[in-house]
Order: sequence, then structure tokens, then C-alpha cells
Amino acid sequence: MLASLEQPSTAAQKFERICDILDRNARHPARLIPILQAVQEEYRYLPEEVLTYVATALGVTPARVYGVATFYAHFALEPKGKHVIRLCDGTACHVRRSIPILNAIRERLKLDEKHKTTTDQLFTVETVACLGACGLAPVVVVDEEVHGGMTPERAVAVIDAIAVQEEAACQPA
Amino acid sequence: MSTCVVPATSNGHSKTARRVIVCAGTGCAAGGAWKVLQAFRAIDADATISHEACPHREITKSGCQGFCQMGPLVTILPEGVFYTKVTPADVPEIAERTLSHGELVDRLLYQDPSSKKKCRSTEEIPFYQRQTRFVLKDCGYIDPESIDEYLGLGGYEAAKLAYTRMTPPAICAEITKSGLRGRGGGGFPTGRKWETARAQIATQKYVICNGDEGDPGAFMDRSVMEGNPHSVVEGLMIAARAIGASQAYVYVRAEYPLAVKRMRKAVRDAEALGILGENVFGSGQRIRCEVLEGAGAFVCGEETAMIASIDGLRGMPAPKPPFPAVSGLRGRPTIINNVETLAQVPRILREGAEAYRALGTERSPGTKTFALTGHVVNTGLIEVPFGTSLREVVFNIGGGVVDDNGKINRKGFKAVQIGGPSGGCLTPEHLDLPLDFDSLKTVGAMVGSGGLVVMNQRTCMVAVARFFMEFTQRESCGKCVLCREGTMQLLALLDDVIEGRGTAETLHLLETLGGAVQLGSLCGLGKTAPNPVLSTLRYFREEYEDHVFRKRCRTGQCKALLRPEINQQVCKGCGLCVPACAVSAITGEKKKPHRIDQDLCIKCGACAQKCNLNAVEGI
Repeated sequence: MLASLEQPSTAAQKFERICDILDRNARHPARLIPILQAVQEEYRYLPEEVLTYVATALGVTPARVYGVATFYAHFALEPKGKHVIRLCDGTACHVRRSIPILNAIRERLKLDEKHKTTTDQLFTVETVACLGACGLAPVVVVDEEVHGGMTPERAVAVIDAIAVQEEAACQPA
Repeated sequence: MSTCVVPATSNGHSKTARRVIVCAGTGCAAGGAWKVLQAFRAIDADATISHEACPHREITKSGCQGFCQMGPLVTILPEGVFYTKVTPADVPEIAERTLSHGELVDRLLYQDPSSKKKCRSTEEIPFYQRQTRFVLKDCGYIDPESIDEYLGLGGYEAAKLAYTRMTPPAICAEITKSGLRGRGGGGFPTGRKWETARAQIATQKYVICNGDEGDPGAFMDRSVMEGNPHSVVEGLMIAARAIGASQAYVYVRAEYPLAVKRMRKAVRDAEALGILGENVFGSGQRIRCEVLEGAGAFVCGEETAMIASIDGLRGMPAPKPPFPAVSGLRGRPTIINNVETLAQVPRILREGAEAYRALGTERSPGTKTFALTGHVVNTGLIEVPFGTSLREVVFNIGGGVVDDNGKINRKGFKAVQIGGPSGGCLTPEHLDLPLDFDSLKTVGAMVGSGGLVVMNQRTCMVAVARFFMEFTQRESCGKCVLCREGTMQLLALLDDVIEGRGTAETLHLLETLGGAVQLGSLCGLGKTAPNPVLSTLRYFREEYEDHVFRKRCRTGQCKALLRPEINQQVCKGCGLCVPACAVSAITGEKKKPHRIDQDLCIKCGACAQKCNLNAVEGI
């Protein structure tokens, strides 16, 4: 399903890329955050065995790597969906009623506060404190695209459009 | 810029050089500015179109021009024609009429909602007219990705001056004389910070630019980094020279991908020209600069936490003293300055401390950028001298307060939340208060990083306090018990108030615990976390008392306190509301007034929406 959508990449190739990332950062423990960011770019999350490997390679304890990985909101220890929907709940978006939008998105995707990724691994819904696009509040960012002046209806429409595309892509030609 | 000069023509036709500037800040980009830019470039490159009427054209992009809500924005120089809400479909007409013939496309001009006047250029728009753009001056003009444009406007001259003609003590003295204070929140005198670090004897020193702008509702630093990244790099170079550092870092928030990209490009371009690197301007000094991306932790905006984060650790603050200027990154003297602070530095050196002091107030010289958002007509990025009144900002620049439907409401102003989760609320009685570091402190608020969120009468202040408390509670790093547990308890107490379980004891506890958290936390996050609660308790106590004693929220925003009832005089018993109710809480005989069973009601409001007579009240 999801694996088939990705570029063919064997475990060995991925491992090589991790080594490459470590080398680029001189295997220095002070570079742990940029290293984890690059690893996450590769895997879309931080798999446990990779964290352990990074710790060994840097000569620090796995606890320290795990501590950093769990401290920062940007790092995910579970796989994220193919499309990441980030709802801004900064002050400006909040006073312009961002929460009803969040509720509508969650209802559409059958998600809640605890379950952030759909079972088909297509969508992940997150809230962020501020995207800095306050002039367009309320804002929803789907993948990298910023949608301003959102309403619950428009947000659901954006998701519907992606879902339709995905379905079409899954159909055999 | 040579291209902006009107060239003399031999045949008598008015051949004008024009520069098209498409705003490519995050706001306009979200509105489709890239497509507008592409459309202009396509027309420019199209050989089948005659460009004879305007042979000297230049199509560029700029950083945030500030008027985000009217985007995508397009400015055409030299006339300064300012078009708003431009779509790619408008581009051929602009090219034909404005670029080639110097005519205006009326429908794209901004219309001032109060005077109904169409504004030709930014100079006629009240939103811009009343601002003093110092840091943002070049933001909406130069191409942020072109170092040549920055150099063309006198860029890196101040750095050259600092490296070749000024001694470090002289730079520190000049900055001290200018009275520049840190724009990140605290307002600490920048010159004094630099002087402390300069006086330290160490083999290595560091300078860090703090671009971890985490306050919800603030985007000033993002706009500066996106709009004029070289001014930040230059400021950082001067800071490094002032204290004798050879390594600089720019720490940018991960949520700002465009700012990261532009800062990285600025550093690369400056390196390629030899401005950054070995032997800077032939002075024998060395300066390296690296752009680091944050990983999503609000607390990293705090100096000591940021230092930990740069060293690959959890971003937890350390006790001060020792201050970073004495012992910071890797135990070396380190100064950390906010983006906006650094962006002011080149101009201070170029124009002199005296000229800078002419702006602003005696104790808060210069200008401040604010992110004006919330229930206000004109949202966006603004810059005013310190000491400007709140009234000027909200009503004249902001254009007044709007209701939930976006209509101007003259009596709608309720409060302004300033300074984000560390700040406080300002009320109608503070409208004439000058905005500066010291006067804001006297009323329990702070400049903070500069978020200004305007709130209308329909905003529940208890819910606002809860919003910020939820934020700080989530972002507390967990090191100090009072911050970690205290913010959680404060949040629970606010929930009690909002959900109708509050008593007089709750209000008392909120105050005493708020004071305890302020006292018992190491860093700025904990010390200021209770501010929104304490400030709303101070100025909107009657709203808290309404929630607690009368179980009522006057704005109708707190669901648990709603009691929807059907007005028995108005209801005709049409029965429309009965099927609309998901929990069958509405009963009554046909053609007789109906009733809502309060035990069943989930306060969803569906009945009120259905009712054609507006008989459902209290929701």
C-alpha cells in the first residue's frame, strides 16, 4: 500500500544513507538535532532501531538520543501519514475560530486527540502553535501548501479533493 | 537602482523604466503570489508581445510588504502603484495598461473602507501612512534572494565600517549610546550585553541570532528573515566584531521553512563574495555563520535553553547567573540577540546613534514591529516608533475592530493581548497608553516579541487566559516543579471556571498559585506563564465572577454555561427544531410553545439555527 508508493529502497540502502548523514555531521554528538532531522526526512519518522544505531555511532547513550527525540515536537516516533494536515491554533487563528475547523477535519477523517493518523496511513492531523501566517487566520497547511481564511466546510473540501486524487491513483490503469 | 531611473528617450515617447515587485512573503505566497510572479515573467519573456512602450522592465519578488490580508500584493515602481488581491488573470491587463502605458487598473486598487477612497499607492493608505518603517524599510522593496540588491542599497557598509574602522569598544559604545534594547521580549540594553561579553577574555566567543519566534500570534522575525535576510547577517557580523567572536549561529524555528531557506541563501551568497569567511574586509578577522533549524520547542527561545539545543541536548534552561555573555555555549562568552534587534544594528552604525534616538521615546528609542492580528480590519505586519498609542495602532493603522462577521463595529473593542503567552491584556482604559517597554510593565503587560491580538466583545477573557495557559503548560520543559505542575493546576482551575465548577476559592487559588509559579521558575517561560491569567483577573474580574457565581458567560463562548431556552412568547410551535435536535431534548405540542429539557441538551445550537423566529435564546 504505502510502501509501493515510495521509491524502491532496500533496508541496506537506507542504512547507507544514515551513515552518510552521520558522516556529513562529523559524527559529533553536538550535531544530534540536525542528524535526527535528516533521518526523519529519510524515514518520515524516527524508527527505534535507527535511534539506537545513531546513539552507538555518536558514542552517547540511547537514553540521550531518545530524550532529545521526545523533547522536540518536530520529531515523530511513529510513522506519519502520506499527507500531513497542520491546523494552526495560534492566538490569531484561535480567536478567529480554528477549533471548529479542527473538529470538522477530525470528524471527516474519523480521528481524535489520541489518534492522529488514519488507519490507511494517508492523513495525519496535527495542531501547531503558530505558523506565522496570522494575517490569513484561520490557517490550515496541507503538506507544504498554506490555505488561509479557512472554514470547516472549506477544510473538509480540501481533504475530499486529496482523497479523490488518492483513490484515482490507486485504481489500476 | 539604475533600472528605476526614467531613461531619456530620443524620439519623445515616454519610455519609462518600471519595476514590478510581487510580494512573496508567506501570506501572499499562500494566496497565490508565485503564480502571479510566474505570469509576469511569462509575459516578460513572451517574444510575440511588443514591449516597446516599456523596454526597461524588471520583475522581482520581495519579502513581506505587511498588508497580508490584502495579498497577493503587487507594487509597481517608480510610481509606487499598489495593487491588492492580484490573481494571475489580472496580470496581462496590468502589463498592458500599467506597465506599458502608465494607466491604473482601478479595480485592483485598495479602497479605504472608511473614506471609500481608492488609493493609488501605499502613501495614500492609512495602514501604511501612519507607520514608520525602519527595520522593514527595505523589506517590501528588495529581492531578498539577491545580495546585489542589498549591496546596491548600501548593504554591508556598516559591517565594513565595523571591521575596518571601528574598535570593538567603540562599536559597543555606539550601540549603548543609541539606547537599542532587545526586541525579543525583555528589553535588555543591547550595548550593555555586548560590552559584558566583549570584556571577557576567552579563546572562543559566540554570537547567536534568535530566530525561534515561538509566540503564537507573532511573525515579525519571520518577516524580517524572509524579507531582508542580509540585514540580519550584517547585524550578526557587527555583533561578532563587537565582542570578538568568530563563530555565529542563526537559530530559526522549524515552522518557518521559507525563512530557513532565505537565511541559508543569504549566508551562502555572503560567503561566495568573501564577506563572510577569512580575513573579512581585509581586517584579518574571521567570521563563520551557520543557520540551524529548530525542532519545535517554544522554550528554546530562552537563551540558556537555546544554547543547550545548539549543543544537541534537550532544550532546558539553566540558572542565571552565570549569564551567557560570561559563560554560554560550550562555556564560552555568548551573546544571543533577537532577529529584529540585529536587523536594526547596521542602520544604527551607518546613520549614527543620534539619528536613531530621534525615533521613539527617551528610554525606548527606535521603532518596534508588531504583528497586528485578531478582530481588526487591517491585519498584518506594522512598524511604529515606540511611544505610539494603542488607539493609533488599533483604530488608525488597524482600521478599527470588527465583529465575528468581519463588519466594523465602533463599540466592539474589548481588549488587546500583547506579548503572547508571557504578556497581558490591555483594555479600553489603556487606549492612550504609549506603547514602550516601561509603560507597558506598569500595567502588568510587556512588549514581548510584539504580537498584538485585538479582541472584540464576543471574546471570553477566561477562555483567552485558558488558551495561553494550555500553550505554556504544553511547552513547559518540565525542569522546575512549579512551572511543570503549577501550569497544569492553573489550567485545571481555569477549566473549573469555564465548566461551571468554580467557587470563590478557585479565584483565590488562581491568584496565589499564579504568584508562586512566577517566583518558583527558572526561566522566562515559567516566570511569565501566569501573566495572561493574572492580567485578565485584574482587568476582567467581573467576567470571572460571572462564570463562578452566576454560572454565566456573557459572551456565550463557554458551552458548559449555556442554558438555551425557548422564549415562550415568541415560539409558535412550528416544530422545525424537534427533528433538528440530535438528542431529542425538545418537546411540545404542535402549534404550542416548545421546551428544552436541560438535562438532555448538549448545547449544540442546532435548534437555534433552525428556528425562523429566533425564539431560542441563550446560545
